[in-house]
Amino acid sequence: MPTLVSHPDEVKVISRRFGQGAADIDRYLELDGYKAVQKAIAEGPDWIINVMKASGLRGRGGAGFPTGLKWSFVPKQSEKPKYVLVNGDESEPGTCKDHVIFLHDPHAIVEGTMIAGLAIGAKMGFIYLRGEYRYLLKIVEKAVADAYAKGFLGKNIFGSGIDFDIVTQSGAGAYEVGEESALMESLEGKRGVPRIKPPFPAVVGLYGGPTVINNAETIASVPHILLMGGEEYAKIGSERNGGTRLFGISGHVERPGVYELPMGYNLKKAIYDVAGGIKDGKKLKAVVPGGSSCPVLLPEEIDVGLDFDQMGKAGTMLGSGGIVVLDETVSIVEFALRTISFYQHESCGWCIPCREGTDWIKKTMTRIYNGGGNKKDAANIQYLAENMMGRTFCPLGDAAAMPTLGFIKKFRKEFEEYIEGNKAGTPIITVQQLVGAH
Amino acid sequence: MADVTFTVDGKQITAPAGTLLIDACKSAGIEIPAFCYYPGLSLQAACRMCVVRIEKMPKLATACTTTVAEGMVVATETPEITQARKATLQLLLGNHPLDCPVCDAGGECELQDMTFKYGAADSFYTEPKNHREEQNWSPVVYFDRPRCILCYRCVRMCGEGMDVFALGIQNRGSSAVIAPNIAPSLSPDNLAHLDCEQCGMCIDACPVGALTSGAYRYKTRPWEMNHVTTVCTHCGDGCKTTLGVRSTSDGAEIVRGDNRDKSGINGDFLCNKGRYAFDFANSQERITTPLVRQPNGDLKPVSWEEAFTVAGKKLRELRDTRGGKSIGVIGGNRLTNEEAYLLQKFARTVLGTNNVDHHRTADYVTFTQALAGQKGRTASWNDTKSYPAVLIVGGDPTNQAPGTAWNLRSDVRLNKARLYVANTSEIKLRRQARAFLQVAPFGYGALAGYLAGDASAASNAALDPTALGGFLEAVKGEEKLLILIGSELRGADLKRLIEFGLTIPGAKFALLSDYANSRGAADMGLLPDMLPGYTPVPTPGPFTEHNIPSEPGLDLLEIFDAAAAGNLSALYVVNSNPVARYGVDPAALKDTFVIVQEMFLTETAQLADIILPAANLYEKSGSVTNSYGDLQLVQKAGDRSGVRSDFEMIVRIADKMGADVKALVPFGKGLRADMGQSRGAQSGEADRHAVWLTANNLEPKLSPFDPWAILDEIQRLVPGYDLLRLQLLSGNDQHLEPAAAAATASRRDLVLPSGDGLFTSGTLGRFSPALNDVQRYQAGEPLIQIQTAAD
Ligand SMILES: Cc1cc2nc3c(=O)[nH]c(=O)nc-3n(C[C@H](O)[C@H](O)[C@H](O)COP(=O)(O)O)c2cc1C
Ligand code: SF4
Ligand code: SF4
Ligand code: SF4
Ligand code: SF4
Ligand code: FES
Repeated sequence: MPTLVSHPDEVKVISRRFGQGAADIDRYLELDGYKAVQKAIAEGPDWIINVMKASGLRGRGGAGFPTGLKWSFVPKQSEKPKYVLVNGDESEPGTCKDHVIFLHDPHAIVEGTMIAGLAIGAKMGFIYLRGEYRYLLKIVEKAVADAYAKGFLGKNIFGSGIDFDIVTQSGAGAYEVGEESALMESLEGKRGVPRIKPPFPAVVGLYGGPTVINNAETIASVPHILLMGGEEYAKIGSERNGGTRLFGISGHVERPGVYELPMGYNLKKAIYDVAGGIKDGKKLKAVVPGGSSCPVLLPEEIDVGLDFDQMGKAGTMLGSGGIVVLDETVSIVEFALRTISFYQHESCGWCIPCREGTDWIKKTMTRIYNGGGNKKDAANIQYLAENMMGRTFCPLGDAAAMPTLGFIKKFRKEFEEYIEGNKAGTPIITVQQLVGAH
Repeated sequence: MADVTFTVDGKQITAPAGTLLIDACKSAGIEIPAFCYYPGLSLQAACRMCVVRIEKMPKLATACTTTVAEGMVVATETPEITQARKATLQLLLGNHPLDCPVCDAGGECELQDMTFKYGAADSFYTEPKNHREEQNWSPVVYFDRPRCILCYRCVRMCGEGMDVFALGIQNRGSSAVIAPNIAPSLSPDNLAHLDCEQCGMCIDACPVGALTSGAYRYKTRPWEMNHVTTVCTHCGDGCKTTLGVRSTSDGAEIVRGDNRDKSGINGDFLCNKGRYAFDFANSQERITTPLVRQPNGDLKPVSWEEAFTVAGKKLRELRDTRGGKSIGVIGGNRLTNEEAYLLQKFARTVLGTNNVDHHRTADYVTFTQALAGQKGRTASWNDTKSYPAVLIVGGDPTNQAPGTAWNLRSDVRLNKARLYVANTSEIKLRRQARAFLQVAPFGYGALAGYLAGDASAASNAALDPTALGGFLEAVKGEEKLLILIGSELRGADLKRLIEFGLTIPGAKFALLSDYANSRGAADMGLLPDMLPGYTPVPTPGPFTEHNIPSEPGLDLLEIFDAAAAGNLSALYVVNSNPVARYGVDPAALKDTFVIVQEMFLTETAQLADIILPAANLYEKSGSVTNSYGDLQLVQKAGDRSGVRSDFEMIVRIADKMGADVKALVPFGKGLRADMGQSRGAQSGEADRHAVWLTANNLEPKLSPFDPWAILDEIQRLVPGYDLLRLQLLSGNDQHLEPAAAAATASRRDLVLPSGDGLFTSGTLGRFSPALNDVQRYQAGEPLIQIQTAAD
């Protein structure tokens, strides 16, 4: 189990029970477990949705869509069963926050799923875990089984007359099934390829029924919000960005780890104070602020608040909260190549711009890195990425194009150095080395 | 749905709400490029070629998934859009082999067309292209992975359209690849293969040359062929098929069958036979000179003149000495209507006999008699595409009438039609059915009785009689019901089923038969007791003007009985193989003079005294009528030196018999058969066409061999065949309803269904290499490696 880190600036809401043995259901109950769901039953769906709206919680999966609003889109009446889906596919390089929740506080996810179900009138929830998270699956399965054993799940939960079931499911190792509609396809036993939208999941989702799909962290936040109140939660964060969020700070910092910081917390402070600054006193070269899809920031660009709006204004994204810090020793060409190699490997192949674009960018970058670059290569990469942007079937294409554009624009000189033969990397690169284990 | 109005490229367009933007634009004459979109199949949004700019939308939108909305403002060709499409093409071409000079699709390729339009000519890449070897999936389906652009049309066509699901996608990202259902590990040669209906619909749908046809690949270039549109000769559906024809030293060879312009009644569809089984025409086994049996028993090649002279002289002599009633005539199911009509007229007026029959594959006599006096109660093929509810009793369209099955599947998929299936077997269409009733063995009669109200028939009608009530209720609850009837139902059973159906006000009926013109053979009176249009022999009505014997003649089996008894002086068989079909003892014909018009030395031809080499349906012009009564034009595509059309041969024999040819075929000027006149008359426009023809000295010069001359008479005399000549000549189908008199007496059941499946087609099918290959392949024999020109 990775060691937990801590910093005085942290505001522990979701991470309140981390390191306290809360994966055990009795311990979880001692730590206010399953109180929120009982309150939710007592107060009813409209109350839940109002609290969620007041909390200002925005989806932690990457896009930052307001959770209360999302839940309110689900039609009250539906011929087909409704579902709650927990997205635990966490596969974006640099992102490692849901992982700690599953590890330390799985019941928060079980309880949050139940509350989401109560809010929208679903009788069934699914917790979908990334294929590589098999070891976490056991923990989650145990949590679900224990909840059944106590009678919290199943028929007539907490004497409410309402039935609720939870099923756990593991993926097969594809980043793309983190995309919500691809996840539903996968859950239905099909190829993990996204669906056409509209219709959106809230109307036609899993098995054609109205479905709410939320990130695991989003769901884990729910019980806390219900207990502390929406307004209280909203106060913690910045404007239009309620509450706290888990940030995984990795790379060349002194104290890497997952920290819970209020929304809007300054990125520079997060790196220099919270994570202890650049390792071994080296110089900062670049920061990828929210998982590998987010355009890179230069050292002079990191004095910015960590929330969806401020990061957007800074020309990048808050994304999935994975901050990757790169020091002066890093070759940006190699880093860009690792990044595009990930997307090339994970492209589902459904649409032309992403399938072919990631492949050609990767091939071209590999050649540059190996010392065989042509004069036009940098411009070609930019052309390819610009022509992928906004043109693909799902956002994975954008997720591949955006960081590529960031690297090629902000570090053009470095690419040109490789191309002109002044620099070359270690020639042989395997997919495993490139993608690495994060 | 209500109409909405919106703007595309500055043009106001109105379309029903819910219409896809790409379709609405197409109707308005604005073509939006598309690779993955295919009308009628599920949406993919995968190729991104159809992107357009819609005001107030943040990104370019795909026209293939956007539904039109009131006030929408759309631009379909701007520099931004052109650039997006160009970039997509550049990406595709990056890995494309660009082997257009040898690719089958060259000249007919959507990728070529798009590249031409958007000029994605520059290449950015220095890396080698991904290459994979071509794969031989089945005798008729080949796959060239590098040419595939992953539009998934083939996958959907096979799954959604064919309900076969033999194709899928393997791997992901740039390794994604279309794969067939037999994995290398499961196949004896360790290569991937297809176990499927071999329809070639996947090939047809493929926008590029990734899927190619084993029958055609590397044979020629599309622009080197003439493309002749005609009607498939195989089953009773009558699909329109386009034959690609190339000149050879001894005629014109058909090198390709496909569904080129999709303008026929079959829309997108063609089955394995319609697509590949034209190759019997090119068979080396064809007879190409007339043969006359010598006293020593040998067949000797003779000149046409000699053959006709011998035939005519002998028939005349036998008629005059032993009487017309001693002569039998058997016609085929793949003759044109004109030939079938001419043949029975020849038999009745020249030979003086009503001993006329054909291999009956469904009981059309009862069918038309049961519907006597009804109007608008017979279903056309087009009804099977759109009727809200369909009941199929008996039959197995998937195997016998694949086009019908396609329509029914589409009707269910696209129109949510309700399909009810009653069959003794678990036929494939039950998968689309809302209710399937398993009929007890031999239970169709009981079922018809039960439906008609005889409750006591229940126990013999269904395997599970308790299921009958619910099934009947559901069927009766339908207001508009198409009742499709298999050939298992005949005579009294068929009559009772139709009587039941007539109690449903909106019910229509169709009876399925086999072969391209089985229906026409019956309609045209190749029957001993019925003149054309089901006119009973004793009351000849319009045919009184022909001097026809008033007694009904011998039916097909009676003809052979008469032969065995030594009472048949001559037998004239035109395009039929009754000896094999009905298991006739060859010895029965030893005292009969036999003339056979055939393509091959069939079991019947082997017994003949004179064999006249015949052209097939792809080598002649005329009309045919499908199972539903839809009349269509057939046009001469192929040609083989040494053969003649059955029409011409009948006329020549009549001539040699000394008959009045002008009375047999009313040819000559001043008749009704002028394309120009009917055109002018129908459309109200001036007779420009005739004027033009005359001005260019091209006006039709009608000869006794011109089938259009007899069509005049068919139009004039055959009840229900007063067709629109212009419709026919412009290649459209028209639904005819031959009106019969009500039944007089009960008749003998001589219906013998062909029993053909997907890869067989009567005697003819045995001479199709493609069908033989596919049969052997599907039976598990190792794949035959077909020689390819490019190897
Ligand atoms: C390629 C791709 C991968 C994604 N992966 C994840 C993921 O692993 N986990 C996740 O919660 N959301 C992921 N998302 C976002 C989901 O589609 C969806 O927006 C999210 O689960 C919604 O939950 P939220 O509203 O709680 O953020 C991904 C999106 C894309 C396009
Ligand atoms: S952008 Fe296209 S190819 Fe890429 S993952 Fe999404 S759907 Fe698949
Ligand atoms: S030939 Fe027909 S059945 Fe076979 S794979 Fe192609 S579409 Fe499917
Ligand atoms: S084989 Fe043809 S139809 Fe099938 S996906 Fe490839 S290009 Fe499309
Ligand atoms: S369905 Fe019948 S008519 Fe159509 S192509 Fe096949 S055999 Fe020919
Ligand atoms: S036609 Fe619209 S995306 Fe392919």
